[in-house]
Amino acid sequence: MKGNRITQRFSALAQEGKKGLITYITAGDPDLDTTARLVRTMAEAGADLVEVGIPFSDPVADGPVIQKASARALANGVRVRDIIRTCAGIRQNTGVPLILMTYYNPVYQYGLEDFARDAAGAGIDGLIVPDLPFEESGELLGHTDHYGLALIPLVAPTTTEKRLAAMAPAARGFVYCVSVTGVTGAREEIHTDLAKFMRRVRRHIQLPCAIGFGIAGPVQAAAVAPYCDAMVVGSAIVDLVARAGTGDPAPAVAALVKDIKSAIEKCA
Amino acid sequence: MPLPDERGYFGSFGGRYVPETLMPALEELTAAYQEAHRDPSFWQELEYYLQQYVGRPSPLYFARRLSEHCRGARIYLKREDLNHTGAHKINNTIGQILLARRMGKKRIIAETGAGQHGVATATAAALFGMECAVYMGEEDMARQALNVFRMRILGATVVGVTAGSRTLKDAMNEAMRDWVTNVDTTYYLIGSVAGPHPYPVMVRDFQRVIGVETRRQVQEQTGRLPDVIVACVGGGSNAMGIFHPFLEDREVKLVGVEAAGCGLDTGKHAATLNRGRPGILHGSKSYVLQDEDGQINLAHSISAGLDYPGVGPEHSYLKETGRVVYTAVTDEEALEAFQLLCRTEGIIPALESAHALAQAVKMAGEMPQEAIIVVNLSGRGDKDVQTVARALGGEG
Repeated sequence: MKGNRITQRFSALAQEGKKGLITYITAGDPDLDTTARLVRTMAEAGADLVEVGIPFSDPVADGPVIQKASARALANGVRVRDIIRTCAGIRQNTGVPLILMTYYNPVYQYGLEDFARDAAGAGIDGLIVPDLPFEESGELLGHTDHYGLALIPLVAPTTTEKRLAAMAPAARGFVYCVSVTGVTGAREEIHTDLAKFMRRVRRHIQLPCAIGFGIAGPVQAAAVAPYCDAMVVGSAIVDLVARAGTGDPAPAVAALVKDIKSAIEKCA
Repeated sequence: MPLPDERGYFGSFGGRYVPETLMPALEELTAAYQEAHRDPSFWQELEYYLQQYVGRPSPLYFARRLSEHCRGARIYLKREDLNHTGAHKINNTIGQILLARRMGKKRIIAETGAGQHGVATATAAALFGMECAVYMGEEDMARQALNVFRMRILGATVVGVTAGSRTLKDAMNEAMRDWVTNVDTTYYLIGSVAGPHPYPVMVRDFQRVIGVETRRQVQEQTGRLPDVIVACVGGGSNAMGIFHPFLEDREVKLVGVEAAGCGLDTGKHAATLNRGRPGILHGSKSYVLQDEDGQINLAHSISAGLDYPGVGPEHSYLKETGRVVYTAVTDEEALEAFQLLCRTEGIIPALESAHALAQAVKMAGEMPQEAIIVVNLSGRGDKDVQTVARALGGEG
């Protein structure tokens, strides 16, 4: 996976001695044109990688903010094929690494090989599936590897050493380290001992580590920066999209991305 | 080979599709259950509570007047409605509470549709002095106000779920979110043969007592095994409980009855095995009601307990192997069977069980008088009388 944009971006960050910022939005909330515009806005404002969420009706790993965004997008009739097509359009205008995040059933129904082929064909670089633990991921991994799509694993504070060792061979791109036991959503504080958690992860998996879940803004971002190679900000951005209502969410999203980016640059 | 395999698969169905945070907890639960399973004192303690607290064995009752009405096979009712708390659900909750206690857990969470599992969980939690929270869709809370009140009296916190369809599916999502957040202290007590491994096998094992008793009782009373066993299927725990000890008896026909709601072709039903296709929901691969994109469809049934777009993975396996036949019965047919049992036998069945009864009545008329049908009367209908009254225009 040498040529993969994710790997290239992490290498560049490491060379510059910088921490990466990964931002998330739910596709189709409020519509796919806005999604495409927001991805470019975030990339221009400093996002190093962008996650595009394919909404699912039963998102058990997500908190209320992303859950509601998914419900809004589905109520608007957004379809998986249209999301992949939108990503292909985004790819025409930006080199930012693109990652799809969704639950396993939409991928399974699309067809595992078809999904990997179409996503890679649209210029998508990675895939995150929060309800697909490594024990169940073998079949999908065969297809994602074949098409050069990185199947990015999640690890949690509860993940044992034994599990970390077992999942290491199947890890691609980077490791998504869930900062808390819980669902997605902004939090005031993260109580997990991140230093210890990240030491355990790095002992077993030699890939860049991103920390996500609970990073609400510049303050938390600066706090977690020392422990990771990149961080993921999701609910805080999705919340801005919701607050914009029928107005344009882009200025507020750009401002938040810039604030977080400058907060973590100071840590570098 | 005994099923499920070590990864929790029944053929191609089952497995563990949950956030990584929960995987270590599922590994711990599997180990604890295997250890308890091997320990005779665990089963002795369970048997004590099943006999002295639940009231087992439940009778196998020959429904003479119902059978005469059908002019065909003899219909026997396995009276799970006579259990403490009024349904089969208590068999499993006592089993899992004993396991949770062994694991040192102090807090129990559960999800409930019709409320029977919630009441059974609140009851078991009270019995062993554990903190209990039950997630329930707000739509179901309105339909099943009596059971909400019972749970609260028993000391449980009932958490209303406003997301999605506000029914069992969304209550299960919310319970999983709670579990992800509080996994260190909390035991998630799943009420059906659904969810990630080891729940489907564990709940089945705790409900097998229904079939084990039925097997003995029907032989004592009739000198042979039954021709047909009928049970309703939402998630499928009462059906799996009564079917499982008969799976090797090829001469016994096993019939699972899903909720056809307003009709199988109306889109308003809960007939997952009849109209769904394989997918992943709530931690396992099984049949699911869904659209082309894999978004989960809303289920509909007059019975809140059957109103679920998924089904336990072992049922999917039994469908594909052909060992169990899965049919569906409409709201209207279930309501008719409900009234029929009330008037012929003086028994008010749960609307869930009325689906199985409706199927049995259909079949009985086409079978000879020496034939034997056993219906799993999985619960009593007190909780449903208001629903029935509304459906019948207040004349119920």
